[in-house]
Amino acid sequence: MSERNFICVACPMGCELHVALDEKGGVAAVTGNNCKRGVAYAQAETTHPTRSFHSTVRVEGGNAPLVSVKSRAPVPKAMLMDCAKATRAAKAKAPIAIGDVLLADVCGTGIDLIATNRVS
Amino acid sequence: MAENYELIVVGGGPAGMAAALEAEKDGVTKILLLERAETLGGILEQCIHTGFGLHYFGEELSGPEYADRFIVPTEQSSAIEVKLDTMVLEVTPGENAHQVLAINKTDGLLELNARAVILAMGCRERPRGALNIAGTRPAGVLSAGTAQKYVNMDGYLPGKEVVILGSGDIGLIMARRMTFEGAHVKMVCELMPYSSGLTRNIVQCLDDFDIPLKRSCTVVAIHGTERLEGVTIAKVDKNRRPVPGTEAFVPCDLLLLSVGLIPENELTRGAGIEIDPVTAGACVSQDRETKIPGVFACGNVLHVHDLVDYVTMESQLAGAGAAAYIQDRADKNPDYVGTHGKNGVRYVVPQRVNKHVTENVKLYFRVGQVYKNAVARLRAGETVLTQRKRARLAPGEMEDLTVTPEQLSLLPEGAELTIEVAEGK
Ligand SMILES: Cc1cc2nc3c(=O)[nH]c(=O)nc-3n(C[C@H](O)[C@H](O)[C@H](O)COP(=O)(O)OP(=O)(O)OC[C@H]3O[C@@H](n4cnc5c(N)ncnc54)[C@H](O)[C@@H]3O)c2cc1C
Ligand code: SF4
Repeated sequence: MSERNFICVACPMGCELHVALDEKGGVAAVTGNNCKRGVAYAQAETTHPTRSFHSTVRVEGGNAPLVSVKSRAPVPKAMLMDCAKATRAAKAKAPIAIGDVLLADVCGTGIDLIATNRVS
Repeated sequence: MAENYELIVVGGGPAGMAAALEAEKDGVTKILLLERAETLGGILEQCIHTGFGLHYFGEELSGPEYADRFIVPTEQSSAIEVKLDTMVLEVTPGENAHQVLAINKTDGLLELNARAVILAMGCRERPRGALNIAGTRPAGVLSAGTAQKYVNMDGYLPGKEVVILGSGDIGLIMARRMTFEGAHVKMVCELMPYSSGLTRNIVQCLDDFDIPLKRSCTVVAIHGTERLEGVTIAKVDKNRRPVPGTEAFVPCDLLLLSVGLIPENELTRGAGIEIDPVTAGACVSQDRETKIPGVFACGNVLHVHDLVDYVTMESQLAGAGAAAYIQDRADKNPDYVGTHGKNGVRYVVPQRVNKHVTENVKLYFRVGQVYKNAVARLRAGETVLTQRKRARLAPGEMEDLTVTPEQLSLLPEGAELTIEVAEGK
């Protein structure tokens, strides 16, 4: 049986959680939490951790060299560096409005990258 | 010829825009907003990560998106005139009107008058000069905020092998940002035994990418002649002094300094406005009026905020206060009670509250260290007016307690309001 440690960020208390894993990688037991939400957080972090992703995309023919972007919804944590790589390679054409889709279904996550600033 | 306005706002960041919009809402019609950059939005334009607006809009926005919610109405307003690329040089308080001296390329020197002035110049990062690091001064040593601008606005990566000194939120956010752009962030060194950054940022900006956070550790020397070649780090003792024998050389081509923000108060000092030595911002009333009638201050120029949402709310108070002053609705005979932090509370803003107010007043404060299972109490002498239990209080997170008009009206002559913390088990 293996173990994982991480900090719960479900509230500012920041408890240090110790998670015992079963053979299938699921959660067998959680300790170190001060409340029930810590258990739910440990479950989510262990089985399908997600994060919001934000970066910039190069812009051609605009009044700024870059435009900031974010993922419309959180992406799987394991995909963050792939998303970062794809975003570095991407290019967009001005004009751009807030909310424009600049990279649809980024790295097959099913989630779009949208502009968070305007470029004219 | 001096041009006249009802209200001049200095700074077009979230604070200046929210203050101007609130004054307009309250009926002020001749407002001038002066901004030295080429765009409105202030520092938010370079903060591309999300997490802004959770309190104020109930949505998780990026910095530019949050700013845009204020830029659009400011640009559309018929009451607010905006001058970009315009640097304010001097504010001179006067009896009936205050004078503002500004400069830009089209108008040259501008001599302006206004009934009321709102100072919203924001803050800047502590420069490296404020630190005492031995060694050379090669290229490759930047403040984290400057690096944020290079990477997020100019599209230029200032280094590939990175060490970050200081674990404030900007440093943490830049650790993740540089990683996304393909750089290798080797470590974040923090002088104190704890980080002043939000736990959420430590988890999502460092732990997620296996970037080590070295607490009680600092950079003692910088190496390289033209270009940075590395730094020497060392552990520090309880008194923050490097421990001999713990030095280690870390090769890197970029050192980012994230060692705190200071309000940008040159104009405020020049105007002879009293400054609180702890916040490094002006001493203000519940309306964010400085000691000079008709001159207000809000946002990071008043005290460093970690959440822009609070900047917006504070600036609306300043805008409403300025409108009341301009329209002669302000209390002519205020009766002020002072506010103070005690036992672990570093400061309280506002520094004074008028006993005649008709609405609740929120007192914002910051603690000097981390407390677990703590109680924050607002008291007047021996009487506890209100208290709140907190699972955790940390220097990085601003807290507030509310005082009611009734409580204020019942305060005896000469009373003071104090906020203190006590730790549980
Ligand atoms: C580098 C940096 C990164 C930050 N990152 C975050 C973050 O990630 N998350 C977060 O919540 N907060 C962050 N903050 C805090 C953030 O600054 C505040 O939340 C908020 O932007 C403050 O708003 P403001 O309007 O008071 O100041 P600012 O946004 O700084 O705006 C002040 C404006 O005044 C203008 N100005 C200054 N002096 C003059 C003058 N003499 N004449 C004319 N104009 C002038 C400036 O150009 C600027 O546009 C960061 C701050 C800095 C410095
Ligand atoms: S376990 Fe509960 S108390 Fe501890 S950080 Fe998570 S949510 Fe907060």
